Amino acid sequence: MSAWLITGVRPYGEAAVDLLIRDGVIVEVGRDVTAPGAERIDGDGLVALPGLVDLHTHLREPGREDAETVQTGARAAALGGFTGVHAMANTDPVADTAGVVEQVWRLGQDSCLVDVAPVGAVTVGLGGTRLAELGAMADSAARVRVFSDDGFCVTDPALMRRALEYVKAFGGVIAQHAEEPRLTAGAQMHEGVRSAQLGLVGWPAAAEEAVIARDVLLAGHVGSRLHVCHVSTAGSVELLRWAKAKGIDVTAEVTPHHLLLTDDLAATYDPVYKVNPPLRTASDVRALRDGLADGTIDAVATDHAPHSVEDKECEWGAARPGMLGLQQALSVVIATMVETGLLDWRAVADRCSTRPARIGGLVRDGHGGELLAGTPANVVLIDPADRAIVDPAGLASRSRNTPYAGMELPGRVVATFLRGRPTVLDGKAQA
Amino acid sequence: MSRRSEGTNEFGRHLLSVADLDRQQATLVLDTAAQIEAALAGREVKKLPTLRGRTVVNLFFEDSTRTRISFELAAKRLSADVINFSAKGSSVSKGESLKDTALTLEAMGADAVVVRHSMSGAPHRLAQWVRGSVINAGDGTHEHPTQALLDAYTMRSRLGRLEGLRVTIVGDVLHSRVARSNVLLLSTLGADVTLVAPPTLLPVGVETWPVEVGFDLDASLPKADVVMMLRVQRERMAASYFPSPREYSRRYGLDATRMAMLADDAIVMHPGPMNRGMEIAAEVADSVRSTIVEQVRNGLSVRMAVLYLLLGGSEVSS
Repeated sequence: MSAWLITGVRPYGEAAVDLLIRDGVIVEVGRDVTAPGAERIDGDGLVALPGLVDLHTHLREPGREDAETVQTGARAAALGGFTGVHAMANTDPVADTAGVVEQVWRLGQDSCLVDVAPVGAVTVGLGGTRLAELGAMADSAARVRVFSDDGFCVTDPALMRRALEYVKAFGGVIAQHAEEPRLTAGAQMHEGVRSAQLGLVGWPAAAEEAVIARDVLLAGHVGSRLHVCHVSTAGSVELLRWAKAKGIDVTAEVTPHHLLLTDDLAATYDPVYKVNPPLRTASDVRALRDGLADGTIDAVATDHAPHSVEDKECEWGAARPGMLGLQQALSVVIATMVETGLLDWRAVADRCSTRPARIGGLVRDGHGGELLAGTPANVVLIDPADRAIVDPAGLASRSRNTPYAGMELPGRVVATFLRGRPTVLDGKAQA
Repeated sequence: MSRRSEGTNEFGRHLLSVADLDRQQATLVLDTAAQIEAALAGREVKKLPTLRGRTVVNLFFEDSTRTRISFELAAKRLSADVINFSAKGSSVSKGESLKDTALTLEAMGADAVVVRHSMSGAPHRLAQWVRGSVINAGDGTHEHPTQALLDAYTMRSRLGRLEGLRVTIVGDVLHSRVARSNVLLLSTLGADVTLVAPPTLLPVGVETWPVEVGFDLDASLPKADVVMMLRVQRERMAASYFPSPREYSRRYGLDATRMAMLADDAIVMHPGPMNRGMEIAAEVADSVRSTIVEQVRNGLSVRMAVLYLLLGGSEVSS
């Protein structure tokens, strides 16, 4: 395996150093490092962070390879600075058996671009009635640790309690898509001033908050870990803050789009802005940013949700919910959290790498480590000064449903290293 | 009247929402409708040549015989060629996407597409895919602009003004495109709107609308110049919006006793189709206060005016 010397780079945006990577490991961090034979990268002006980890992607394979494959999703991930991603279980067939999660895991290995950690379904077929064989998925080659019915909520409180308890045996965590379905029947967007005006059925904040409130109480009662997917409301942040103060073992994620965009965009009736949970109000956005800044929200997770053209080029009500996120996630975090002074680069590393790696159990594969000599070389190099206009046609995903089209966003991923091997160099994917 | 002489009242290309109209433009529609009515009054052949050679497509994804017929007749009376393109159910369930339908109409050279759709915002989407004018003939629970225009026209011709008029709209505001368009247009035109409904049938966010909101029909009736009753679907009961049709009718229906509380010249409106005995009693619907038949008649002139103004035909009087 070759060696790479990155000169004059600023780890965590701090003092410039040279960073030497050899045989998959960061071997030296310091000034005037000499490494004969190593390939050199001029790191002047670049920030180095540990490779990003995404707790929430939809790679669509198996089943909807017209929208995304593990390979195209992995390329988008690498270009976005990720070295590890979790692939949600709502594929076709559903990832509710050892066989399916192993298939997805192998496809990830074959991509050579990113570690794909399959998420297992909590219930058979995402049906919400019967536990899937969680232990079999945990014991499989994919070593599943995160279980989620994402797209659907585990609404049955007794089943949720059992799931929370059961996965303790193998250090698993239930990642809940918090949505009380009786309150969101037919829902199209956030319920509020905008939905009233647009005549679209509302998705009330309380439908998310009610489930989070119930689940933190359950997790506290049985002493289990709970992870909350895509937190979208100010009230949810309050509940999580309360639960953490009580000592309940709960973690939470927020998506880039909920950090930046609001329900005002629904006024275009362009379904590229339709997503579940829906875009909320400006005050929710503020609360989410504050929650991420103070650590109430642990992680940024993309909820990257590719959809084919025909699933988006239609009436709002007929469109499928979801938006792309992998390639713009870091840029949105820089725009909403770094440039606003809410997070420094160390905290970005914490929320986008360290904590998600811990929550998802990927520390075992060397993700989320510190940029120090001796740690596995999962590294991303970022040019924070670069600004570019998002062009959907230029994205690596097989789909085009980015809500950021035409927006100018800061930050460019220059290079990504996965265990010492470049998956992105000079902004280009290496597979 | 010619469009050129009304330079400040330029119309946009589409009529998707009554919010597209400012006060001058909305007034122009009503004035134009009045001129058209006058121009046709007493004529044996009720037809104007203004849109000769133009093609108007009625694209109805939802059953609505009365609105479709009204637009069809309006276009025909302006001498346009009319195509009725009825796609019952949603475009998606039929297999053809709205976009493909739009491209088909585009290829046929439609100058205007009148669209009725069960999904809010469908006309907005359509407008991005066709070159012709798109007229929203009712989209989901969003808007029904020409209904609001014909309602305003009816109020103005019956009561002589809109400014300061006190209009009470009663019923299922939550699911009503008629209510949304009327609230917007009437406030643009200076009327004072009060909404009366069970709280379950008012949208969250209604507090930001330029209206008064009340739950007591009896309290609002003596002050009203206009009472507009909205259609309430019996199916709403199954979703617990109200306990029973009987209770709804008792609390929010307009019967003869309640009608007697109205001021002498107050009128009663309904966009149709009515549920007689539910939101409106037969003796109210058939009373002299009722403008229900007039509304249908005025709808024709107003839709002619909208087509004329959007498509920029030759002069009304020519």
